[in-house]
Amino acid sequence: MSDFWSAWVLVLTLGCLAFISFVLFSTWKVQRKKATEETVGHEFDGITEYDNPMPMWWIGLFLGTMIFSAVYLVLYPGIWPGKFDGILGWTSRGELKADQEKHARQYQPLFDQYAAKSIEELQSNPKALSMGKRIFLNNCALCHGSDAGGTFGFPQLNDHDWLWGGSAADIEATVLNGRNGQMPAWGPVLGEKGVRNVASYVRDLSGLTVNASEEDLAAGKAAYATTCAVCHGADASGNKLFGAPNLTDNIWLYGNSQTQVEYTIRKGRNGVMPAWKDILGPQKVHLVSAYVYSLSDKDKATQ
Amino acid sequence: MSNATDTHYNYKVVRQFAVMTVIWGIVGMTVGLLIAAQLVWPELNFEPYLTFGRLRPLHTNAVIFAFGGSALFATSYYVVQRTCQARLLSDTLAAFTFWGWNLVIVLAAITLPLGMTSSKEYAELEWPIDILIAVVWVTYAIVFFGTIMKRKTSHIYVANWFYGAFIVTVAVLHIVNNMEIPVTLFKSYSAYSGAMDATIQWWYGHNAVGFFLTAGFLGIMYYFVPKQAERPVYSYRLSIVHFWALVAIYIWAGPHHLHYTALPDWAQSLGMVMSLILLAPSWGGMINGVMTLSGAWHKLRTDPILRFLVVSLSFYGMSTFEGPMMAIKTVNALSHYTDWTIGHVHSGALGWVAMVSIGALYHLIPKVFGRDGMYSTSLINTHFWLATIGTVLYIVALWVNGITQGLMWQAVNVDGTLQYSFIESVEASMPGYVVRLIGGGFFVIGMFVMLYNVWQTIRASEPEKSEAAAAMA
Repeated sequence: MSDFWSAWVLVLTLGCLAFISFVLFSTWKVQRKKATEETVGHEFDGITEYDNPMPMWWIGLFLGTMIFSAVYLVLYPGIWPGKFDGILGWTSRGELKADQEKHARQYQPLFDQYAAKSIEELQSNPKALSMGKRIFLNNCALCHGSDAGGTFGFPQLNDHDWLWGGSAADIEATVLNGRNGQMPAWGPVLGEKGVRNVASYVRDLSGLTVNASEEDLAAGKAAYATTCAVCHGADASGNKLFGAPNLTDNIWLYGNSQTQVEYTIRKGRNGVMPAWKDILGPQKVHLVSAYVYSLSDKDKATQ
Repeated sequence: MSNATDTHYNYKVVRQFAVMTVIWGIVGMTVGLLIAAQLVWPELNFEPYLTFGRLRPLHTNAVIFAFGGSALFATSYYVVQRTCQARLLSDTLAAFTFWGWNLVIVLAAITLPLGMTSSKEYAELEWPIDILIAVVWVTYAIVFFGTIMKRKTSHIYVANWFYGAFIVTVAVLHIVNNMEIPVTLFKSYSAYSGAMDATIQWWYGHNAVGFFLTAGFLGIMYYFVPKQAERPVYSYRLSIVHFWALVAIYIWAGPHHLHYTALPDWAQSLGMVMSLILLAPSWGGMINGVMTLSGAWHKLRTDPILRFLVVSLSFYGMSTFEGPMMAIKTVNALSHYTDWTIGHVHSGALGWVAMVSIGALYHLIPKVFGRDGMYSTSLINTHFWLATIGTVLYIVALWVNGITQGLMWQAVNVDGTLQYSFIESVEASMPGYVVRLIGGGFFVIGMFVMLYNVWQTIRASEPEKSEAAAAMA
């Protein structure tokens, strides 16, 4: 902060406090000492005003808060930013850092102990999994749901289907570094009829009832082969390298209605999983990954 | 109605705003009831227009600016004329403020459910409406201060100091906070960014409370309490000191809405200490109001209007004690982002702002419609109890919820992870949401009782008597 703005804060603060002190003390000095039945002489629509003094306890309260504030502004940053930041040397960053260090000293050994074990090993450790669950509920549940059941745009985590791979290592990599699942907008390339045909075709692949002729489905298939197969695969079984979903299993991240699938193709989608490495730290990521892995329907996932 | 501009007050605009206060009060509070019900039964969110996210700003704008604003227009136009012994500066400009302000309200009621918002709390309306508000407000200032200039009294009555401070400051707050860059007719972006934007927003937001909902309503208090109690104001000295201290200090308190955020430490400290210093200046108004009633306590037994006024002062005193306490950073760490904040706001909004307005309207409506009194005193009493019980249920429910949430969010396990997930604190809040809905229900029923009473009072009024009532003494 520049000298000017720093001084600006100082002058305004002191000026304001000086002003109210002046009003208080100058009135205090001239007011009556005792309660009175006399008015100050004005009358407005029948209303008069007594010339009573301000109650002493009220003046005391006023001065008390001002004295507290003066002391506070000596101890803490406030009145002259950058020039005088309080004799305690307190900052919010410093307090956060101290709290984080204390937290680390207190809990680090516990997390270190689990970080040394593999996610597979942790599956048989109920205490580790319950810690992972608490981390999940406070960080992941907002999008993926308390039951990890997912919702529109946020994948379900307690089934067998994994966009980016369901192995312990894949899950941990996803949580650590985040993912960005990008489906480009194909509307301009395919045209309205093309979008409709491809939507019908991929919905048909999942066994959904579609309202389309044989020719339309054939056109959809042809367009699929040239446009979509690069990522989703010739057999539409998806590609975990790009997070491209399997289109044959009737699991839909953005809805399975004709309208929704057409929208997805026409406008594209951009799914973002944030990177948790710097937010939670690698050890908590390890534990929460172990918990998520424990939810997965592993037998089915490996099929 | 009256052409005798030199012998009669302009009561027409007062009557218009007074009636609209009741109507907008019912509209705004009913929307509040709906969103309270949505928290109990989320199925009541009807997408996309009637969801909580769109109706909540409609509720806040309707109760603050439509209900509270109309009460301030009605009472300030009434008080400034009577205490200055002068008719309003211009009937045309006064009528413009009435129709302009109501147009703003109707536009808000249309655009907010449509999802048009600048997303600044209590300043959600988009830029064309912001410009209309600024024009209406400057006109209001011209009418009000023009009338003060015309006064036949030597001094300016204390109620008018508060109304004046409210009008000037709200103009500045509104214009500065709504500096925005339009991209289309319905969309704009704030001219400020980051922590600066947040600071200006809460400088505005807290002084919407301080000047709109406090200074303006202290203006109401300073006229209607001594008038209804038929007692002199307790202390002129106290009114001078607490007025200047209140307007000088309130403007600093905004940063307490941004404790523990990216706002620099020094700004948080100043926001906190100024909020604490605000306690005594705020209480100055309560003391002057309550002490004015001393010597008239026996009237409380028979006069429910006076009961509304004295209970409003009690809630005012309570919430202006609670506010500085919540501004202390240590307390704020527990209370911030919880329902406690909403409870605190409503102890001010229902207990103070609504009750003092209701009391003032019960005094004013018969006077401007040429009646001896309201149609039914016992219905005023019924309304008083509905409003008081409703407010108490509301506040207590959200105190319990707020403290529960604050404690649950801070609880940690032995491994240092948070003990409760967010959804568990929502589940724990459900009983409080039900009680809050019941409390709000009481309050809204009271407003319907008022509507009936006002309607019966107005229905029996005769034009000649209304006309005669506007005669200057």
